[in-house]
Amino acid sequence: MVKVILPELGEGIERATISYWYYQEGQKVNKDNDLVELVTDKATFNLPAPCSGILSQIIFKEGQTVNIGEVLALIEEE
Amino acid sequence: MLLRLSGLKYQIFDLGRIDFIHAWNFQKEIFLKAKMHLIDSAIVLCEHDPVITIGRGGSKKEILASCQELNKMNIKILYADRGGKTTYHGPGQLVVYFIFNLNYFRKDLHYFLRWLEKLGISFLNKFNLKANSKAGLSGIWIDNKKIASIGICVKNWITYHGMSINVKKDVLDNFYFIRPCGMDIEMTSIESILGQDVLFSYAKRLFLSSFKEEIYG
Repeated sequence: MVKVILPELGEGIERATISYWYYQEGQKVNKDNDLVELVTDKATFNLPAPCSGILSQIIFKEGQTVNIGEVLALIEEE
Repeated sequence: MLLRLSGLKYQIFDLGRIDFIHAWNFQKEIFLKAKMHLIDSAIVLCEHDPVITIGRGGSKKEILASCQELNKMNIKILYADRGGKTTYHGPGQLVVYFIFNLNYFRKDLHYFLRWLEKLGISFLNKFNLKANSKAGLSGIWIDNKKIASIGICVKNWITYHGMSINVKKDVLDNFYFIRPCGMDIEMTSIESILGQDVLFSYAKRLFLSSFKEEIYG
């Protein structure tokens, strides 16, 4: 399983809110395609899939706030 | 606080007056070119037809007028994939979109937002206006009035959307239809503060001059 981790987004940014998942659990995702959109301050940030595979678990849902370094989802790599 | 291009190339596009959707599509084309490394970075200058846009942090509740009223005024409402809440764009407002590949600069959302504010403040200084940013609030202010709004979208560390700066006095009329950025604030413009006409083309020239100064230091 590959962990999708919220990366460092910049100095002073400790968390971000999930605004949109581009895929649902069980769907196939491709490496580098937009996986999830997050909102922070005046910016939206799209996190790409780190690998190709099946999105097996979404840990944080839309509207939830996530800390930098936390695992957002798990992908079963192809 | 500099975004040094260090030999990278950037392109400048001036789309003139254009509706929001066409400019949005244009940005996406440039974004794809940046993603494919066909260009390094670009800025897009334009002026929009009247439109209210709602960012990811906003909602329709921030619009104070009815749809009928807005229809009568030919003001469209659109949802945009940028950060921030609700804002208005229209003739007399300089809109600048930044398709910047932050992989070449610094991968820091806040740093880039603060850099945009610094660029906007430098531009306003050229009119002898003392503008400032406010802690915790993005955008550019003169005293307690907001003169420029900022909202961006970042994918693969490449930005799009950007900043809108009120140049002409008339652009302020339609801000009364919204709660700008979801707040009860007053907006202002360069003309309103100077008390004199400002040619839009002159404002664009000054902006590009500020941009070059900020990018090269």
